[in-house]
Amino acid sequence: MIGAEGQRVGPGTIALVAVATAGLVFLLAPVLIILIVSFSSGNYLSFPPPGLSLRWYQRFFGTPAWRQSIVVSVQVASLTMVFATVLGLGAALALVRGRFRRKAVVYGVVLSPMIVPTIITAIGLYFFFVKLKATGSILAMAIGHTVLALPVVVIIITATLQGFDLRLELAALSLGASRLGALRRVTVPLIAPGVLSAALFAFLTSFDELLIPLFLSGVEVQTLTVRIWNSLVLEVDPTIAAVSSFLIAVTCAVLGVSALVRRRGDA
Amino acid sequence: MFGSVVAVSDVSLTIAAASFFTLLGPSGSGKTTTLMMVAGFVHPTRGQIAIDGVDVTALPPQKRDLGMVFQSYAVFPHLTVFENVAFPLQVRKIPGGELRRRVGEALELVRLTGYERRLPRQLSGGEQQRVALARALVFQPRVLLMDEPLGALDKKLRAHMQGELKRIQRHLHVTVIYVTHDQEEALTMSDRVAVMRGGRTEQVGTPAELYEAPVSPFVADFVGESNFIEGVVVAASGPGRTLVRTDGGLELWGIASQPLRAGQRVVAAVRPEKLEPTNTPAAGPNCCKGVIEDVVYAGDATRYSVGLGAAGTLTVKVQNRAASRRLSSGESLEVAWDPEDTRIFARAGDDG
Repeated sequence: MIGAEGQRVGPGTIALVAVATAGLVFLLAPVLIILIVSFSSGNYLSFPPPGLSLRWYQRFFGTPAWRQSIVVSVQVASLTMVFATVLGLGAALALVRGRFRRKAVVYGVVLSPMIVPTIITAIGLYFFFVKLKATGSILAMAIGHTVLALPVVVIIITATLQGFDLRLELAALSLGASRLGALRRVTVPLIAPGVLSAALFAFLTSFDELLIPLFLSGVEVQTLTVRIWNSLVLEVDPTIAAVSSFLIAVTCAVLGVSALVRRRGDA
Repeated sequence: MFGSVVAVSDVSLTIAAASFFTLLGPSGSGKTTTLMMVAGFVHPTRGQIAIDGVDVTALPPQKRDLGMVFQSYAVFPHLTVFENVAFPLQVRKIPGGELRRRVGEALELVRLTGYERRLPRQLSGGEQQRVALARALVFQPRVLLMDEPLGALDKKLRAHMQGELKRIQRHLHVTVIYVTHDQEEALTMSDRVAVMRGGRTEQVGTPAELYEAPVSPFVADFVGESNFIEGVVVAASGPGRTLVRTDGGLELWGIASQPLRAGQRVVAAVRPEKLEPTNTPAAGPNCCKGVIEDVVYAGDATRYSVGLGAAGTLTVKVQNRAASRRLSSGESLEVAWDPEDTRIFARAGDDG
């Protein structure tokens, strides 16, 4: 069966491989099915597809409403990335280097959006932005997503800062660098991979999130996730599969970049 | 950070230019805090720090123009050897040609020529240490501060680096302030040493002064090694020769560094290598009978534990030579030593 020659493969190993395979199939099968269906030539979401074609991708990229949603999603995710990274970097710096009481409490508050169900956050934000008559704006959705992305950013950057040897900054000062110079020449280059990786995760947190834009988007301005949701309710055709495959591809690409950045940082 | 604990108090030191000065003490004695005050990372609540007669107490570290080598090296991991050494020159806006020349000279000084393009992670601990040294020297600082720089190196490499440091210090005529807890390192490298304890200086002097004429039992014990014998002063005396009757009933002569009164409790200290085993009853003033309880062979010397009965035990260290007689456990012998090699200290809390 499996394993090198002469190596006995016991029933335990077989069971382990079986369970692991089942787990993998369970996790990846939906993704694979979506990918295959997105290349279907048929008119309906059906598996297996009757034939292969790129017609649903043509439909996706050829429809102005879908194209506009890509732009909206990218705008919201980019703004979220900027907001969450700037705020998160500041918070992480304070949490790691600051000297104040009740640090654990502050840390808990910063991380709390991870514990609160997203739908509660979404409803809260909805009432808030309705008062401001700001629903349907990209900024509102980005602010909403910043709430969700901030804990992720803080966790990643905090870990990065804790791994940073403060004596390197002291050394830079003793060698004549100004405080700003020490930050620019030593601290920033060394924590950049961690910060960049946190920024990418903030982007992803926003890019594939549905609930907050579902409450905050308007008729004109819809993210990709919201448009998928709406079209699922109205019509079910393989365009959805093409859009989903696009989302999966973007996610994989961002995670890939993040992994590259981290490897370079560790090397 | 330190709460209300006083890390350093009433430390007053004058360090001669171009000399090698060491702050020696156990951990928690305040030696690193003192160094950090000179560097500018710790601000003294009182007092003054002056370099070349100029008060620098209020200056931040980056304005003090002092080279610093940290225990952890603190070599910048994202910069090459060249870039690390060039760092202090770049922040001082030294032009390219001169910068390359001076980095080259500094690397030659620490024998790292050819390593310019390596990254710190490609270097051994000793090589990283030398990068840190070149980086701290390349901008010709007025003083070089070193915080236990050899602590992380193995014994052979440490001995080699001690020699290298002395060579560089003499070559550049740079003033070095060196922190260590290793008394041997302090003795072999320094022109002068300050022994620190509990945030104060216990004694400041040349290595020979510290070893031959310690001013307290702490120094006698921390620098080198001493046998301690407790007793009382027989007759009042000024500083100098003093007669002591030990608790074990012996009478011995020693040198006191302060005036003592009759009956005052004192402790006498004598180094193991100053004790001489003999088998003829000695006629000198300081001698006693004993029995060898333990023998430890240490290569260059043999250490004997000599039991004196009620008077306690003495450690005797004898150089191993072909002519020296080997003694074994259970043997009786006489131990004699010179009063000049015996220091008498007032017992702590009983010196008034």
